[in-house]
Amino acid sequence: MSGVRVLVGTRKGAFVLTADGKRKKWDVSGPHFAGWEIYHLKGSPVDPDRIYCSQSNSWFGQIIQRSDDGGKTWHQPGTPAGQELKNPEGFPMGESNKFVYDTAGQSLTTHQWYDGTQHPWEFKRVWHLEPSLSDPEIVYAGVEDAALFRSTDGGKNWHELPALRAQQGAAWMPGAGGMGLHTILIDPKNPDRIYIAISAAGAFRTDDGGKHWKPINRGLNSRYIPNPTAEIGHCVHRIAMHPSKPNTLFMQKHWDVLRTDDAGDNWHEVSGNLPTDFGFVVDVHAHEPETVYVVPIKSDAEHYVPDGKLRVYRSKTGGNEWEPLTKGLPQEHCYVNVLRDAMSVDQLDSCGVYFGTTGGQVYCSADAGDSWAAIVRDLPAVLSVEVQTLS
Amino acid sequence: MIRVELPSPLRRLAGVEGEVTLDVPGPVTPRTILDALEARYPMLRGTIRDRDTGKRRPMLRFFACEEDVSHESVDQPLPSAVATGAEPFLIVGAVAGG
Repeated sequence: MSGVRVLVGTRKGAFVLTADGKRKKWDVSGPHFAGWEIYHLKGSPVDPDRIYCSQSNSWFGQIIQRSDDGGKTWHQPGTPAGQELKNPEGFPMGESNKFVYDTAGQSLTTHQWYDGTQHPWEFKRVWHLEPSLSDPEIVYAGVEDAALFRSTDGGKNWHELPALRAQQGAAWMPGAGGMGLHTILIDPKNPDRIYIAISAAGAFRTDDGGKHWKPINRGLNSRYIPNPTAEIGHCVHRIAMHPSKPNTLFMQKHWDVLRTDDAGDNWHEVSGNLPTDFGFVVDVHAHEPETVYVVPIKSDAEHYVPDGKLRVYRSKTGGNEWEPLTKGLPQEHCYVNVLRDAMSVDQLDSCGVYFGTTGGQVYCSADAGDSWAAIVRDLPAVLSVEVQTLS
Repeated sequence: MIRVELPSPLRRLAGVEGEVTLDVPGPVTPRTILDALEARYPMLRGTIRDRDTGKRRPMLRFFACEEDVSHESVDQPLPSAVATGAEPFLIVGAVAGG
């Protein structure tokens, strides 16, 4: 029988939630890596038992973990249990956390700091891991300070795709949460085409597997930057794609929800009747490429849902016309946020939609958003939610 | 034998309990201790000093015989009490909580 596995990253560890296709009864395992910040976990579409995990904290830096059995056991890549990849004293080789910017013999470049001065790139953590659509050994990592890395050996060694930083990198600046590369979308029809997004530099696209990049921010209008229509410098929070229409993307920007139908060359706003067009997450229904989900958030300073009501908004028209989805969600005294990587959809016939909150709840809708139920209510603040559909 | 005391998250990561004991060939300095520590526990690479620059991570401090040696040269010989194992070399996480 089909089922789902929900991978939840939190401020204090990772959790794995599993259920059958009814999505009513859940098994909860975790915390894995207790006490560490888990920015993101994601499974390989080719081999669902292969899961990559970003484990980090401010004291001890970055660790990459990998599971080859669906999250039951974990190891740092290069150290699979039972294989002879140990040092002479028998301890596993931890070679998975070396993220070094590619300077190609040149000085490391600089980016713009909050005060407008230039600041050297400093690796801080991995925000997002995106496994290849065709090879479980290939995985991309979006990191802070913003750059894109790739591993072709299952997460053991990482190499930067440095041409991205050449796209006016000196003018990029950090958002409130840091200068992170948080979105990586691979075109399923053309794996050499990859979209990425950075807070606060904007969206970029490569059509040749990362050798060259171009900013794709035409149509974005950001009133909070000196030139609201600048080619770069926009605080893009998240981009989503439906695999059947890879030239159509939906964007949740710092303010505004937008869409493009020409692979990012031109964007237009589709915020429509949303109560506020600020937010972090955006995602697309698994079977309806024009059905889109966002969670409006009150801003600039508050960063919680408006009016104490947790409402997912759904558009079945590709934007502009939005309906609030509230059944099963708290409609009073609720002041949580839903962070940019904390929404996902499953592929079951009745599309499941999932999101996690900074209050530690993970909600599931097994009917495409019509009704919701909490899978768990009291986890640490949720940073990311990914769903795997299991056969 | 050199004795090294790790913060608890790193003890869990390395799969050890209590102090770590190491053979450190040559002069006993923060650098040679960390080299020996990472050679024995490769999973700790990058968690104490940066993988690229080798610099101490900013929220960690090093102590020897109750002295903060975090800002001394990593090649400065440590007190004989550490070199002989009478006293441990402490790797301490900054108290950044509240």
